[in-house]
Amino acid sequence: MMEKDLPIRKKNKISKDQLTAILFLIPSLILIVVFVYGFIGWTGYLSVSNYNTIVPDFSFAGLKNYAYLFNDFRFQADLRNTIFFTVFFIGLVIVLGLGLAILLDQKLKGESIFRNIFLFPMALSFIVTGVVWQWLLNPSTGFNNFLKVFGIQPKWYTDTNILAGFQWGQIEFGLPVAILAVVIAAVWQMTGFSLAMYLAGLRGIGDELREAARMDGATEFQIYWKVVLPLLMPITMSVVIIMAHISLKIFDLVYAMTGTGANFVTDVPGLYMFETTFRGNYYANGAAIAIIMLLLVAVFIVPYLWNNRKGDQS
Amino acid sequence: MKKILSLLMLSLVLIIAACSSGSDSDSSSGTDDDSKGTDSGGKDSGSAGSVEIFSWWTGAGEEDGLLALIDLFNEKFPDIEVKNAAVAGGAGTNAKAVLATRMQGNDPPSTFQVHGGEELNKSWVAANKMEALNELYEANDWMDKFPESLIDLVSSDGNIYSVPVNIHRGNVIFYNMEIFNEHNLEVPTTMDEFFAVAEKLEAAGVVPLALGDKETWEATQVFENLLAAELGADDYIKLFNGEIEFDDARVVKAAENFDKLLNYVNDDHASRSWQDSAQLVAEGDAAMLNMGDWAKGYFVNDLGLVTNEDFGYFAFPDTVGEFAVITDTFGLPTGVEHVEETKEFLTFLGSVEAQDVFNPLKGSIPARIDADPSKYDDYGKDTIEDFKTAKLFPTLAHGSAASEGFVTKANQAVNIFVTQRDVDNLISALKSAAPEM
Repeated sequence: MMEKDLPIRKKNKISKDQLTAILFLIPSLILIVVFVYGFIGWTGYLSVSNYNTIVPDFSFAGLKNYAYLFNDFRFQADLRNTIFFTVFFIGLVIVLGLGLAILLDQKLKGESIFRNIFLFPMALSFIVTGVVWQWLLNPSTGFNNFLKVFGIQPKWYTDTNILAGFQWGQIEFGLPVAILAVVIAAVWQMTGFSLAMYLAGLRGIGDELREAARMDGATEFQIYWKVVLPLLMPITMSVVIIMAHISLKIFDLVYAMTGTGANFVTDVPGLYMFETTFRGNYYANGAAIAIIMLLLVAVFIVPYLWNNRKGDQS
Repeated sequence: MKKILSLLMLSLVLIIAACSSGSDSDSSSGTDDDSKGTDSGGKDSGSAGSVEIFSWWTGAGEEDGLLALIDLFNEKFPDIEVKNAAVAGGAGTNAKAVLATRMQGNDPPSTFQVHGGEELNKSWVAANKMEALNELYEANDWMDKFPESLIDLVSSDGNIYSVPVNIHRGNVIFYNMEIFNEHNLEVPTTMDEFFAVAEKLEAAGVVPLALGDKETWEATQVFENLLAAELGADDYIKLFNGEIEFDDARVVKAAENFDKLLNYVNDDHASRSWQDSAQLVAEGDAAMLNMGDWAKGYFVNDLGLVTNEDFGYFAFPDTVGEFAVITDTFGLPTGVEHVEETKEFLTFLGSVEAQDVFNPLKGSIPARIDADPSKYDDYGKDTIEDFKTAKLFPTLAHGSAASEGFVTKANQAVNIFVTQRDVDNLISALKSAAPEM
C-alpha cells in the first residue's frame, strides 16, 4: 500500500486503479454499514428501550436494563463463568498447542499424521463436541463408572461447588468446578488450531538463530525460553485474540453439552441472551447482553487492531 | 472509466437481484395461486389459496399426526394447498423465535401452534396480532363441545382467539410397576403418603423419583404440581391471577415440600433431559417420574414398554380430580392472505374427525369432549374420562399460567432453588417477578 500511495500524493489525484478499487468496495461497504454496523446500532438502541414484552415499546429506558442485568444472579454468574472459562481455555490451548508443536517440530517421522490427528477435532462443530463430551463426562456413564472402582467419583459438569468462593454481589465468586468440564471439551477441540499456528511459527524461525544461541553456550531450554518463545509472540497474540473471541461468545458448545447448569454454574452470556430474548420476550435485556458481549470482545480486539494499525504505519 | 462504471452497475444490479430474490419468488408463487383460484371457480377474492400451518411438531408421533391431518384436509378440500411450515428443535423455542420474527415483520403464517393460556393471551393477543374467532365457534356450535374452562384459557376479554386441538396432562406420575410390587407399595394419593413411599424406596436403595432438569422446566413442572397440591385448582388459578400473593403460607409450604422432595431424586438430575430421566424408571433404577403424559408415548413407542404392565400412572398426590392442562391451539393472525381458507382449516381442526385422527398418533387426547374414546389406548381412555370431570388448571412450566417473561424468571428461580434450597429466596424471587405475570 505504502509504495503505491506515495506517487498519488505527489500528483494529488486519485489514480485509476484506486478509483476502481474504491468503486468495487462501495457495494460491500454499503452492505456492511447497513447490515453490520446499522444493526449493531439498532441493538444498542434496543438495549436502552423498554421493549421487554412481545409488544414493541421503543420508549427510552436509560440504563435500566443494564442495571437489572448487573444486579441479576444469573448474569453475575455468567460473567464469573466467562472469566474463568476464558482464562483456563486460552491458557490450556496455548500451553498444550505450543507443547505439542514443539514435540512435532523435532523432525518426527509421520509428523503429518500426528498433525492431522490433532487438527481433526477442529473439523467438528461445537454441537457435536458438546453432545459427545456430555456423555463422556456424564457422572453415571462409561469411564466414570471405571473410576468408581478406585473410589473416585468426579461429578464433572453437575458439580455445583465453587472453589475458593466468597460472596460477591448476588453470587458466590470463585472457580465453578463444572465449567472445567466445558473447558476440557473446548480445549480438546481447539488445541489443534493453536498447534498448527505454532508449528507454522516454529518453521519460520531459522536454524541459524538456534545455532547462534548454541554457539553462545545456551542450553536447549534457554534456547526455547529466550529465543524461540519471544519470536513466537505474534503467534501467541493471534491465538489469544482468536480464542478470546470464541470463548467470550461461546454458545453452541454449552447449549449442547450442559445447558445452563444447576445454579447456573455453566451458564454463559450467549445462552442467557438467547433464552431471555426468545423464551422470555425480554428483547431489551437480550439486546443489552449482546452489547455487553460486544464490549467484552472489543476489549480484546481493539488493542490488537490498534497495534496492527501502528505496525502498518511504521 | 466507462468500463469501471458499467462493472460497478453490474455488481450493484447483482446485489439488488440477490436481495430481492426472496420477494420475487413469493410474488411468482402468488400468481400461481391466483391462476389455480380462477380454475377452481374461486372463493372470496377469486383465489383459492394456500394455508400455511406453522408448528414445532417434528418429533416422531406428532409429525405423523400433523401429516395425517394435512392428508385428511387435502381429501376434503383439494383446492386448498396446505403448506407445512414446521420448525424443529428446542422444544418449540426455535419455532417461537422464527414466529416472533415473522409476526413482527407482518408476514404471519396462516395459523400457528401456540399453547392455550398466557402464551397466547399475554403475547399475540395483547399485541393485537390475533383475530377473534367467536363467530367461528358459534357457526360450528362449539361452545358446548369444548370444556368451558378450556375456552376460558383461549379467551381474552370475552373474545375467543384460538382452536384447541389436543390436551396433554401435566400432573401425572408414571411409576415402575415391578418396583412397586416388589416393595409392596400402594399408589400414593396424598403428599404424606407420597413421602412415606419415597422413604421406603430410599431405604430399599431405589431412587424414589427420577428427575432430569437439564432444561429446568422439568423441575418447574414438579413445583407447579406441588403448588396445585397445596392450593387446589381454584386457588392455584387465583395465585397466577395475582389474587393470592406468593408469600401465602400454602405457597411457602409447597416450596418446603419441593425442598423435601428434592432429597429423593437422582444425583445426576442436572445432566439429564426428561427422556434420560424416563429411562431411569424404564430400567428400574428409579421408581417414579412426574412428567407430562407425552412420557407415555416415549415409554410405549421409544422404549417398547407396555402400559399397566411395565409402567403404571396416577395423578400427582393431592391433585386427584384436578388436571394440569397443556393444550396446543391454533388461531388466526391478523393480516393473513387467505382468511377464508384459514377459517376452513381451523373449522377442520376443531372437528371431531380431525381431532380423532391427530391425537391417537400424537399420544394426546382430544380437546373436544364428544370425541370417540374407542380410538385411544387405555391411558387415553382413562384420561378422556378424567378430563370430562376434572377441574382444569393451567400449567406454568408450559406457558399457560403466566406470561413467557414470568415463566423465564420462574425457571431461573427454580434452577437456583434446586441447588441452594433456599425457600425464602425462591418466594421472594417469585414475588418480585409477579408484576410480569
